[in-house]
Amino acid sequence: MDITLNVNSHTHQLSVDPRVMLLDALREVLGLTGTKKGCDQGQCGACTVLIDGRRVLSCFTLAARAEGEITTIEGLSGEGEPLHPMQAAFVEQDAYQCGYCTPGQIMSAIACVAEGHATSDDEIREYMSGNLCRCAAYPKIVEAVKQAAPQLAERG
Amino acid sequence: MREFVLERAGTSVEAIGLGAAPTSADAHARSSTQYLAGGTTLFDLMKLQVMNPERLVDISDLRAEHGRIEDLEDGLWLGALVRMSEAEENSSVRQDYPVIRDALWQAASPQLRNMATLGGNVLQRTRCNYFRDTTYHACNKREPGTGCAAMEGCNRRLAVLGTSDACIANYPGDLAVALVALGAEVQLLSVDGRERVLPFEELHRLPGDTPHIETSLVPGDLITGFKVPAGPWTRRSAYVKVRDRASYDFALASAAVALDLEGDTVRAVRIGLGGLAARPWRTHAAEAALVGRSLDEASAREAAEAALAGAVAHGELAFKIELGRRTVVRALLETQAMELPA
Repeated sequence: MDITLNVNSHTHQLSVDPRVMLLDALREVLGLTGTKKGCDQGQCGACTVLIDGRRVLSCFTLAARAEGEITTIEGLSGEGEPLHPMQAAFVEQDAYQCGYCTPGQIMSAIACVAEGHATSDDEIREYMSGNLCRCAAYPKIVEAVKQAAPQLAERG
Repeated sequence: MREFVLERAGTSVEAIGLGAAPTSADAHARSSTQYLAGGTTLFDLMKLQVMNPERLVDISDLRAEHGRIEDLEDGLWLGALVRMSEAEENSSVRQDYPVIRDALWQAASPQLRNMATLGGNVLQRTRCNYFRDTTYHACNKREPGTGCAAMEGCNRRLAVLGTSDACIANYPGDLAVALVALGAEVQLLSVDGRERVLPFEELHRLPGDTPHIETSLVPGDLITGFKVPAGPWTRRSAYVKVRDRASYDFALASAAVALDLEGDTVRAVRIGLGGLAARPWRTHAAEAALVGRSLDEASAREAAEAALAGAVAHGELAFKIELGRRTVVRALLETQAMELPA
């Protein structure tokens, strides 16, 4: 079926099988491999993207139903531009080891702050619990979210 | 995932027209046509090939009709297409029905709650490993008449209440436990266009000899929303969830409690149990044990004994009976201790 995807401020016309999930359309059709496929079963959060600012799992979202503005990790800062404050905070806080879950962590963290769920360490842990990190960088991830939260508030 | 045809309904009338496709299915969840809302259970089970519908009817456009939360004179209306995260943040839910808020924020993950709808969430299917893993032949819920591999298998997460010789799967959700405790009603639209109202307690069925028939919905039935009746117990209400992980896990045991107190004397109480039972479980026996009595650790413990009185533990499940009792006691005492806003 013919569909339109709005990704990172670009419009794409695609022809896909109805079964194709947004995750696979991003990675395999559009070449946006920043969004990661972890469990492909809605459990790990590696595939988290934003649709109209709302964090969702792209492995459980049909490409054909993905209406709205989709933001992936590639859309946070352009080539040669400074990193998004959340990306910069993850780098500065060393909030990863292997890095595989990191794009999903960062997308989720941006939404976590925007939702107003980053007001304490406990709340950050609770509202970031949908993103698993098998390297267990969790303490640093909490620090990164705390570091970026006020900067995101300033950006509005 | 098997091939399917994707259709899209603009209105609930269109949806039931598409949902009324000829089917020989013996259960709502086994119909070859399935409604698609958040997709978080459906795609999970379709990827596992536990569910293999041939046709999906996308009902996300029904948010315009059935996507609202409304304060009613005599209760709260929750539209079926409201997302879990929206209900969790709703001011009426937070203030007047905190047990619903607590059940929601402790469910799934923020991403899943941003996708899943209330109507779909209450129809979430069991997490029993033998149901989810098609390499196991024996599952009466997945394939009627094949047996139950869980009976002698890894079963510590399954049910101790309401089970049968055919199935010991538990109902995994949280919201439904709050709704069953509060005596909610389910509003339905049948394929013939008729509106029906069902007590929430009658939405899910006990497994008996037919664990593959999980609800009293018939193929094509569309949930349009839930009415939660008002009562002096709704503001003093809470949901206690006990699980292996601190967050993002299913309940081993949970309890939804709503209390109307005069001093420490119980005027009215509603108690629902989760994680422990074959369906969202309201325990009228435990409620009856408390009415008119002073609520303290001893009377709470008596109520908890009554709540788990009929429990049967297979295999690894013995711990759940005492865990269930303690969860009820803790939920009652924590709800009693709640400080209510003036």
